[in-house]
Amino acid sequence: MTGSSLRIYPPYLSLALLSASALAYEVLLMRLFSIIQWHHFAYMIIGLALLGYSISGTIISIFKQQLINHYYHFYLLCIILFSLTTIGCYMLAQDIPFNAEEILWDVKQVFYLGAMFLILTLPFFLAATAICLSFIKYEAKVPWIYAADLLGAGIGSLSILFLLYWVFPQWALILIGISGLIAVILAVYELRYPVPKIVGINALLLIGLLIYAGPYLELNMSPYKGLMQTLRIDGTEVIEEHSSPLGYLSVVKSEQVPFRYAPGLSVKSQAEPLDQIGVFIDGDNMSVMTRYPATLDKLQYLDEMTSAAPYHLKKIDSVLIIGAGGGADVLQAKFHNTATIDAIELNRQIVDLLNTRYADFTGKLYQQNNVTIHVTEARSFLTDTFVKYDLLELALIDAFNASSSGLYALNESYLYTVEALQQYFDHLKPGGYLAITRWIKLPPRDSLKLVATAIRALEENGVTSPNKQLVLLRSWQTSTLLVKNGQFSDQELAALQQFCDARAFDLAYTPTLSRKQVNRFNVLSEPMFYEAISAMFSDERGQYLARYKFDLQPATDDRPYFHHFFKWATFAEIYQLRRQGGMPLIEWGYIVLVATLCIAILLSIVLILLPLWFFQRAQLSIPPDIKRYTVLYYFFAIGLAFLFIEIAFIQKFTLFLHHPVTTIAVVLTAFLVFAGAGSLLSGRLLQRYTNRTIINYAVGGITTLCLGYLLLLGPLFASLSAIAEPIKIMIAISLIAPLAFCMGMPFPMGLASLGGQANLYIPWAWGINGCASVISAVLATLLAIHFGFSIVILSAVILYLTLLLTNLAVARRS
Amino acid sequence: MMLANIADGIKANQSRIRLVICLWWILVGPLFSADTYDTARQELVKLIEDDVRATSAYLGQESLDVRVMSAIATVPRHEFVPPELRALAYENRPLPIGHGQTISQPYIVAIMTELLRLDPHARVLEIGTGSGYQAAILAELVDEVYSIEIIKPLAEQASLRLARLGYNNVKIMEGDGYYGWEQQAPFDAIIVTAAASHIPPPLIKQLKTGGRMIIPVGSPFMAQELLLVKKEEGERITTRQILPVRFVPLTGKH
Repeated sequence: MTGSSLRIYPPYLSLALLSASALAYEVLLMRLFSIIQWHHFAYMIIGLALLGYSISGTIISIFKQQLINHYYHFYLLCIILFSLTTIGCYMLAQDIPFNAEEILWDVKQVFYLGAMFLILTLPFFLAATAICLSFIKYEAKVPWIYAADLLGAGIGSLSILFLLYWVFPQWALILIGISGLIAVILAVYELRYPVPKIVGINALLLIGLLIYAGPYLELNMSPYKGLMQTLRIDGTEVIEEHSSPLGYLSVVKSEQVPFRYAPGLSVKSQAEPLDQIGVFIDGDNMSVMTRYPATLDKLQYLDEMTSAAPYHLKKIDSVLIIGAGGGADVLQAKFHNTATIDAIELNRQIVDLLNTRYADFTGKLYQQNNVTIHVTEARSFLTDTFVKYDLLELALIDAFNASSSGLYALNESYLYTVEALQQYFDHLKPGGYLAITRWIKLPPRDSLKLVATAIRALEENGVTSPNKQLVLLRSWQTSTLLVKNGQFSDQELAALQQFCDARAFDLAYTPTLSRKQVNRFNVLSEPMFYEAISAMFSDERGQYLARYKFDLQPATDDRPYFHHFFKWATFAEIYQLRRQGGMPLIEWGYIVLVATLCIAILLSIVLILLPLWFFQRAQLSIPPDIKRYTVLYYFFAIGLAFLFIEIAFIQKFTLFLHHPVTTIAVVLTAFLVFAGAGSLLSGRLLQRYTNRTIINYAVGGITTLCLGYLLLLGPLFASLSAIAEPIKIMIAISLIAPLAFCMGMPFPMGLASLGGQANLYIPWAWGINGCASVISAVLATLLAIHFGFSIVILSAVILYLTLLLTNLAVARRS
Repeated sequence: MMLANIADGIKANQSRIRLVICLWWILVGPLFSADTYDTARQELVKLIEDDVRATSAYLGQESLDVRVMSAIATVPRHEFVPPELRALAYENRPLPIGHGQTISQPYIVAIMTELLRLDPHARVLEIGTGSGYQAAILAELVDEVYSIEIIKPLAEQASLRLARLGYNNVKIMEGDGYYGWEQQAPFDAIIVTAAASHIPPPLIKQLKTGGRMIIPVGSPFMAQELLLVKKEEGERITTRQILPVRFVPLTGKH
């Protein structure tokens, strides 16, 4: 069968659906591996698996002629195999007994990790091969094919995020397999493929796979995750599960052995926590729903935690609790007879549990007269309200183990930035308190970074003596930072001392505390907290922070990495001590990021050089006006810059749209869809202008818009913060549209230069772009951690501008 | 279908691999004579001594109690790890023992035991028996050891193992460690190796005045810090947080 007997138009619909399925699969795998493993290793595995895109470029570069001669067969075969491997490869990968915790003890784990990555690369390789073959087969239609690819990806990202609200991730996996099958049906129709029964064969194979796979499609969670550890205990069982893009929620009851979750409980406490039901997110991060007691005095144990301190300094009439979860902090406020309790919880499913099925168990806590629950993002809520509170409390929302191992290092958090704290201060009544409770880590990290952040926020607010507005107390397990809107009085400090003495808590810092008064109940080898905070209030702050072996520089909205503590200077020392008790000091999140980057670069070098070696060996003739290094630079720069901008603007728009899922859905989809539209238009423009001209205008547009947005987005968002969410979404899309539109042009216009004899370079360019995209995602995070997201955008602008210096896009018209 | 078979095959292969390893140990195990393990154990003791010496300034002592090191040198750790991991039994590292549990790193076991300052006639309570290795170390040092394990199969296996190895002074109970072991209280020392969100008040109550409790804090494979709880005269409770590694948080201050 030859191409001439078949349709001459590219199979746009099947290609778009394939692209949608591949992007949905990527998002879904992140979700699945965050549940069965841990987020940071999920990030590494899936990030590297995307190298499947570049592998396809390399393979096609080498076997181009054979593959193109049988394009129709291979195109279909790739989609058929994609539909099967999405499910099959996940099953195989989740069966690998990888244990992240053993990775420095046992070299075998590195091989397990590698095997997972290789297996998961396959579906991406297949999808990318089908797309890349289409570019070569229909080289004159590149802009249209690229548009279909991007539009499909946009639809895929939106679909999977909404799908995850409706179905469990393992069922979403099956739906992606089925969407692959539909892509096969479309491809058979579009290509007028003469053997339509191939669809039936694919369907049968898929059904067979699902029948056999059914029992194994359960999530094979690591035995070291909190949920699995809990389920080992007799009498514990999962009573219900829910899924959303925010997490996989498991509700667990334990009949024989109560949960008794009360982190930071005083060693002097005699009370036992009340009956509780556990709620796990992604198999970890346990919080609890507590049985509402007949009388509030049964909640006494909640008064024996460091977080209860503000209630002992003055009468609290109104409180805002950020991160209400299962309601422990709301109960603490109830115990202290707080008149008005506002609580914020991002995850609707947790609130639904308390309001519906467990309403009786929890005493309809969130529906009580003086309690108002707001299902929203905290800073969005604060932007929309002018209410001021006596107490604004940030609950202890992350799990100890993940927190202590540095696993949150990659997570952007806008709750602990300088700007966030300033926003909290704005919502305190005169004399009101901001209270933030964190886990204690040794050597101290979170608590001190929080103090540094609070000092910066106060100073930027013009407070002349921030030391008089800040106290820190600690148990062996938790610390609570109190920042007052005003200076602490002697009476307040005396009450705080009394509160601590009664519970064997230590004051770590107050405006009047001396070295002799610290380190009394929970003894450290040195009074580290006191010394560090004292140094931060002295002229030596800069020196002290530089000498400290962990990064305590305050997080900002531009560098929202509160959980990042890693310093290279410390790593070598800790690594040497890994077998002498030093391993827990390793900040894993950052290490995984750097390791991912290194592996991606090494593999990219191989994948990019391999076709060159082949070209040389095959002595293929290329038009002399196309230089290899120019092709390499052009497509690498585009790959880096496109994702730099996409990732950085997701961050920028988070501060406007606030909810993480809404932001990603809106920004990602808008970028992909409008870039697709840009590609489409560039194809039309190519009939009137040269690709060089189109690229020049596109780069000009990108540069102007990026620089303009860098300057204007902040004030614009501030002035529009109070408007309704649907209008905000419309504004966001309107802002992204022109930028994405321009960004959709350089890639197809670059490929347009590689038509005819130079089409040998198309798969190579595709592979280079794939490598750059993988590297870009990691590099963007690293740049943002160290220099901030604004620098990520500026770097992208520079990369785009350098395209003008390349002479790849020689004047060509279609 | 084919992939499902592969998945099936992998599961079957895993079982087969385990079976082969067990058979291999039955056949080849005798070649690893008691002498081989003894030698490995003595090397481990030396390694721990070196590590302790390096960490001495931070632990507050030059070396560990001779009795503790002698216990480490005596207890056959290879008997407490799964057969397929016996070759690694005397490496200074934690090992998985199934049921999502681990046997702790010997270095950490030695330090925790040391920090309890055990008198030979002490009565010790352990929460979280696991493989029984820590209980065996304690049994080498004191008259009575009481250990509670919440996971039934682990409690049963540890009980049989300790009896087989002749540790008759260890009593194991399957159940919830939160309430301690009221009938045998008070204890001179308590070691809590099972994760807890706070120190259970009943355990503090069952600790004698002057008694010590030690709790490793962290994940199953990594003890981040050791929490030493002391009950002093007048029921005063203090805790000491110990980083079991020679590390100071500031540069230029060693």
